[in-house]
Amino acid sequence: MNSWSILSVVTFLPLLGALIIFVIPGDDAVAKNNARMAALFTTIFTFLVSLLIWFHFDNNQAGFQFVEKYDWMGDNFRYHMGVDGISMLFVILTTFVMPLSILASWDSVQERVKEYMIAFLVLESLMIGVFCSLDLLMFYVFFEAGLIPMFLIIGVWGGKRRVYASFKFFLYTLLGSVLMLLAIMAMYMDAGTTDISKLLTYKFSTEPIHFWGLTVSGGLQTILWWAFFASFAVKMPMWPVHTWLPDAHVEAPTAGSVILAAILLKMGGYGFLRFSIPMFPVASDTFAIVVFVLSCIAIVYTSLVALVQEDIKKLIAYSSVAHMGFVTMGIFTATAQGIQGGIFQMLSHGIVSAALFLCIGVVYDRMHTREISAYGGLVNRMPLYAVFFMVFTMANVGLPGTSGFVGEFLALIGAFKANTWVAFAATFGVILSAAYALWLYRRVIFGKLEKASLKNITDLNMRELAILAPLVLLTILFGIWPAPIIDVTTASVEQLLHNYKNAVQAAHDAAMLASR
Amino acid sequence: MPTTTAANIGSYSSILPEVVLVVGALLLLMIGAFIKQKNAIFMSFATFAILVLAATLLYMQGDLAGTMFSGSFIIDPFARLMKIVTLLSAAIAMFMAYDYMSKANLWKYEFAVLILLATAGMMMMISANDLIALYLGIELQSLALYVIAAFNRNSERSSEAGLKYFVLGALSSGMLLYGMSLIYGFTGGTGFAQIASSIHTGGATIGIIFGLVFLLVGLVFKISAVPFHMWTPDVYEGSPTPVTTFFAAAPKIAAMAMIVRVLYGAFPSITPQWQQIIVFVSIASMVLGAFAAIGQTNIKRLMAYSSIGHMGFALVGLASGSETGVRAVVIYMVIYAIMTLGTFASILAMRREEGTVENISDLAGLAKNDLTMAFLLAMLMFSLAGIPPLAGFFAKFYVLLAAIEAKLVPLAIIGVLASVVGAFYYLRIVKIMFFDEPAEDFVPMHGSLRIVLIGSGLFVLGYVVYPTPLVTAAGVAANSLFK
Repeated sequence: MNSWSILSVVTFLPLLGALIIFVIPGDDAVAKNNARMAALFTTIFTFLVSLLIWFHFDNNQAGFQFVEKYDWMGDNFRYHMGVDGISMLFVILTTFVMPLSILASWDSVQERVKEYMIAFLVLESLMIGVFCSLDLLMFYVFFEAGLIPMFLIIGVWGGKRRVYASFKFFLYTLLGSVLMLLAIMAMYMDAGTTDISKLLTYKFSTEPIHFWGLTVSGGLQTILWWAFFASFAVKMPMWPVHTWLPDAHVEAPTAGSVILAAILLKMGGYGFLRFSIPMFPVASDTFAIVVFVLSCIAIVYTSLVALVQEDIKKLIAYSSVAHMGFVTMGIFTATAQGIQGGIFQMLSHGIVSAALFLCIGVVYDRMHTREISAYGGLVNRMPLYAVFFMVFTMANVGLPGTSGFVGEFLALIGAFKANTWVAFAATFGVILSAAYALWLYRRVIFGKLEKASLKNITDLNMRELAILAPLVLLTILFGIWPAPIIDVTTASVEQLLHNYKNAVQAAHDAAMLASR
Repeated sequence: MPTTTAANIGSYSSILPEVVLVVGALLLLMIGAFIKQKNAIFMSFATFAILVLAATLLYMQGDLAGTMFSGSFIIDPFARLMKIVTLLSAAIAMFMAYDYMSKANLWKYEFAVLILLATAGMMMMISANDLIALYLGIELQSLALYVIAAFNRNSERSSEAGLKYFVLGALSSGMLLYGMSLIYGFTGGTGFAQIASSIHTGGATIGIIFGLVFLLVGLVFKISAVPFHMWTPDVYEGSPTPVTTFFAAAPKIAAMAMIVRVLYGAFPSITPQWQQIIVFVSIASMVLGAFAAIGQTNIKRLMAYSSIGHMGFALVGLASGSETGVRAVVIYMVIYAIMTLGTFASILAMRREEGTVENISDLAGLAKNDLTMAFLLAMLMFSLAGIPPLAGFFAKFYVLLAAIEAKLVPLAIIGVLASVVGAFYYLRIVKIMFFDEPAEDFVPMHGSLRIVLIGSGLFVLGYVVYPTPLVTAAGVAANSLFK
């Protein structure tokens, strides 16, 4: 189908850019500028190349496309890449957000610019790799490797409590992931392969397992499900293992927060969709209720927590946790609307939360504080900024006409089909999100401009405009015309659900038969 | 019958590498004794050359396999691979030693001779196929090591290290001999093949189990696994750093190879019996290595606890009791040796105008002063912590895979949890180098250290791209134990 390995090219282009920056000599202003330019060009070029994937993508095909397969480690561990409707848009999201975050760091990062750009480009490679991998081990390698550059980004270029935040981020995520690693090995032992496309239809045993006097009634599948859940729930993050996220967000530099919110969090949701649901359908069905409860708590509780925050970034971070609650809820409803909504919500949140963090970065660059109380009345001096911020706030609330609405609405429909009470609880989240987001907007933007420090604040400059404009455009575009995204995902989601329903039904029938 | 009955090799040419080592050591002893003038560069270069030559000769043996000296000395792919790695580790340690030893005024020609003799002992340990040969190898190695641990005789700490190592080493040798005599008494033989066939027909009597336990105590001491690790931190800290570098890699590989050989050569039919012991030792080492390292301030001491933890991990592969397990041990030891040597290259480079420093806090802000060194050391730390895509991850991956295959799930879970705890102290070093304010500059790294550090760093970074050669070689090596 494809004569050149487009996925590998997109994945490793940023790495090439990182190498080029690495060999740029000198440490003066010129070298710094060269590093910035090289990073920008690399990310833009990568984005353009990745658009080719979307352009050549066949929406009607449910399986994997652009597949590449080479020998890698022996023992049936292969270098295997490919995308389907579920993963393809995440690749585009990644390549799209990257140039914006490079631009966002243009002036705010003045120290160790070369290293900063290298870290970001390496991170981009690894993130794209996560979404393209069709081999479990390869997926794990990309998934975990991202910790290293992110750890350095938070730790080196972060705020005051950066050491605490970076350690917490690293160790939390690592702890979740190592259990998944063991599960991957167990899957390899059981199925004899780590090929994701084969594992998608492999049936892991649900025969009860007995050990040490305990019985795991769901068998291997249950154990594997929980191991994967441990990893993705931390990454997502779900309540109650979300506490690393606000810390990481607050301490990370603006671009780090953007990447964290827009892409790294999506790996959790992507993981649920790629592994938990299709590979362990019976366990997913059994434990969906656990996910629902945790999602509802996340939606309501973290929204309430967001209400009382005094730091803008922390507020947005908690709102991210709440929004990810909609995603997990949608995914585990195992309905077409729920899953489509989950995916849409992830993509939309990738755009909106990135934009919100960029907006915070804009005022932070000017005032060097993120305290809500330090602002007020910005609309008087920054009308343009107020408009942009308004659009993203509305998208965050889920106002119809913005992309935030579509995802939340679909996820809620799915939840309503699966469990009315869950939908009932989750709807409160929509109201609460309006409360905290609008209140934040009022406190920061409206009112009289009374604080002396704000008297000379300037509106968006050209660079900031260039960053925020495409985001506004997409937020509104996907809000009123979500078809381009839904069309891509439909075929793959349908197939996913088809397999899921069959597997759950088969397990059900077997249980009925046994009970007779 | 699960024993190795390889054909006897008549020609002495197959022990040429060992001969080269011993003859080289004696020659250097003569040269050192008779030529009194400054000969440090020549001596260290000659030692390096002899070690590399021996490794080359081994490599050129191709697929030679068989036993010599009435079955007490075995040559097979497993022995060959482990020997080559041991020799190269020793050679690299020697390559890095000269700069430090001459600057610290510690260079004496005996150092080179002792290193060569210790390495010859290791060759014997790896190839031993008989309890007596094994003991000879261990003692030749250990006696040389006791002396070089105390090589800085003007330093109290170095003398203490040597003495402590000697006393505890002698104790472990005693246990080892006691175990050997019990096994001899109950099986009537000292050859591994003989012991194996005797146990196979007669079963595991209480005497054999007792002997096995004592034997394992002696062997485990050599790889410094818990509960026989007490000597390690003191010896690592007290010895001159080049000696610690040597200790950290070559003897560990040889001792691990020896344990694998003894257990699979002599006791294959009572695997469940020794498996329990290894599982316990493995868990204890991983946990202690992870927790005890957290509070360390001296980087050599930290590396000692790190090595204890890593030996625990390698033993996970051994505990699996399978061919994939042995393959995992081999891969682990090779990657571990390369990472350790790279790390010690950095430790050797921690030198200011007034002399060497050893505190972790001295690395503060290294990223600002010497980014290359800081970056490579950070990569080595991430690799030691087992973070993908670095080589250290794959080392851990294979041992855990073997454990899962052998249904040792609790062991694997404890292993990964210990590795998360361990990640904390490796991260701390990265944090100190990258996040903290710069301390005083180090003097520029000596070329030899830089070469080793860059080589090691490139290996851990690049392993993921082309992992097959090591996996294949380790597979062949492991397979030769299971024929």
